[in-house]
Amino acid sequence: MAVMTYAEAARLAVAEAMRADPTVWCVGEDLGRGGVFRQYAGLAEEFGPKRISDAPISEAAIMGGAFGAAMAGTRPIVEMRFADFALCATDELVNQIAKARFMFGGQSRAPMVIRKPMGMWRSSAAQHSQSLESWYAHIPGLVVCCPATPQDNYSMMKAAIACDDPVVYLEHKNNWEMKGEVDTSLTGEFGKAHVRRAGSDVTLVSWSHTANLCLEAADALAKDGIDAEVIDLVSLWPWDKQAVLDSVTKTGRLVVAHESVSVAGFGAEVVATVAQTVRLKALPQRLGSPRSLIAYAPNLEDQLRVTPAMIAAAATKTMEREDA
Amino acid sequence: MSQPNFDREAALARLSLMERIRAFEETARRAAVDEGLVLGAIHLSIGQEAVAAAVMEPLRRDDYILSTHRGHGHTLAKGADAVAMMKELLGREGGCCGGKGGSMHIADFGVRMLGANGVVSANITIAAGAAHGIKLLGGDQVVVCFFGDGAANRGPFLEGLNWAGVFDLPILFVCEDNRYSASTLTSAMTSGNVADRARAIGLRTTEADGNDVTALAATAAEIIDRIRSTGTPEFLHTKTYRLSGHTYFDPAAYRPEGEADRMRKTTCPIMRVRSELEEAGVSVSELDAIRQAAADEMEAALDAARAAPWPADETVFADIQDIGSPAQEAF
Repeated sequence: MAVMTYAEAARLAVAEAMRADPTVWCVGEDLGRGGVFRQYAGLAEEFGPKRISDAPISEAAIMGGAFGAAMAGTRPIVEMRFADFALCATDELVNQIAKARFMFGGQSRAPMVIRKPMGMWRSSAAQHSQSLESWYAHIPGLVVCCPATPQDNYSMMKAAIACDDPVVYLEHKNNWEMKGEVDTSLTGEFGKAHVRRAGSDVTLVSWSHTANLCLEAADALAKDGIDAEVIDLVSLWPWDKQAVLDSVTKTGRLVVAHESVSVAGFGAEVVATVAQTVRLKALPQRLGSPRSLIAYAPNLEDQLRVTPAMIAAAATKTMEREDA
Repeated sequence: MSQPNFDREAALARLSLMERIRAFEETARRAAVDEGLVLGAIHLSIGQEAVAAAVMEPLRRDDYILSTHRGHGHTLAKGADAVAMMKELLGREGGCCGGKGGSMHIADFGVRMLGANGVVSANITIAAGAAHGIKLLGGDQVVVCFFGDGAANRGPFLEGLNWAGVFDLPILFVCEDNRYSASTLTSAMTSGNVADRARAIGLRTTEADGNDVTALAATAAEIIDRIRSTGTPEFLHTKTYRLSGHTYFDPAAYRPEGEADRMRKTTCPIMRVRSELEEAGVSVSELDAIRQAAADEMEAALDAARAAPWPADETVFADIQDIGSPAQEAF
């Protein structure tokens, strides 16, 4: 198995798909120079400017144009540069791409991967830092994927390109340089969670970068004798309810953690689903950002972050005796 | 006497198509008003039929079009089945979208009509993208994108035209300027004019009378031929007039008194081509027979639609997505 970064893993999956299928192409701003985060580095040299297509700063046209090209028989990979900028193409994604197949009675498909680099990285402030995955999970017609590791950024990207549904593919900007082993024989499966760490006392559910923080939290908890199971959902729609239900049935305790705003976040969906199905031993805990805006100054920004210490504290709370 | 080079057969074919479009919409309006059979809003293109008839004439079956909420005429002209369209307006099984879209999302991918659109201007970037797809795949089809004058005031107009220009795509943008943005006069809401905007983006732009089907068909044929041979985008601004309201239930009381009546008497495209044909020696009874045939066809389409069942209940969960389909995950 090769060791590569999260960015390299996705790039490899894209290159392999483009070699195998001449209808796969990428379009977005600055792709000819490798993309803002180098996640397309070298692809223009291999595939040329028609298939690694630079685009004007024109998000609505990138999204709408790729959709039209998909209906004409191609399989576009759309780069939105920052998840925040994709909001300029919301009509194209939500009103057009997500709905076309249904409202045209099954006549059309939109086999597209829509890449939206998400999340906080240092001091990028309110318009370059958001985690909006729950918005897209709310939209019928879309598949939503939030890979956390190089392996998943390889195998889920492969699955996303092969998928005939539009996939909103949210890569976390903090993970670009994360290194890990990648088994290129694997293709991911939407709606299949990974148990990143097995444990028996408490279930930590997360996705994207925060899933990695949950592993750190689990290590800290282990030192206190608490055995946490970490479930990385990988995709939010569909999401692996069964993996979560199986785990909480075993542990009886649940912590859901995500970087996005807690209020109406996808964690609420997880907690509600568990609450309807399993009688827990302790009250479920949900961690997310306060419903506030992401600031530039590090001390302000840090107040919005969910940290391993916070996750560990929430897990510890579920272990306290109810009568204590 | 008729004009020199007047192609009588072509004019008869155009008249027949325009009468079919008008009859489809008049029949749908009656079905809505008298029987409540058409369920949602429908937007009629009565008075604008010449644009659909003329621009579609040079297109091949494998060329693509994209339309707007006012899209019945374009869809019929591209070759869609009137019965399937009428069933769709009534929300019935066998409708071209299975009763899921209705008038505003009418589409027939079989004739490469890639959909009407309920969002003004939204089809412009998508159409540019379809042309982009053709170019990537090395095809020789062209795309025609229809939109109204109101669409020129939304961002996708700029973004889509720029895209087509930058990537040099085989597409014709057709602005069907019927003067009104829903119930507001477009000129009062538009700085400068639409054709100048297209020129400023660098597209070869033609301005034409949208109600003169004979001249417009010649213009459209020339433009489509050029786009097919050069692969370069163009813009066609057609001036027409919406004889009905924004929707079928809009009395259009915001129009100056007498405007619609005057336009009906002076510029109706069907009336104009009928006059040309009369001058060319076609009898009024022959022209009336064309009108009657269209009316009969659409009445039969309505009968078929009226008799069709509702779509099966379970189709509400079909064709949303394969992965995470609500057919399996309905909560």
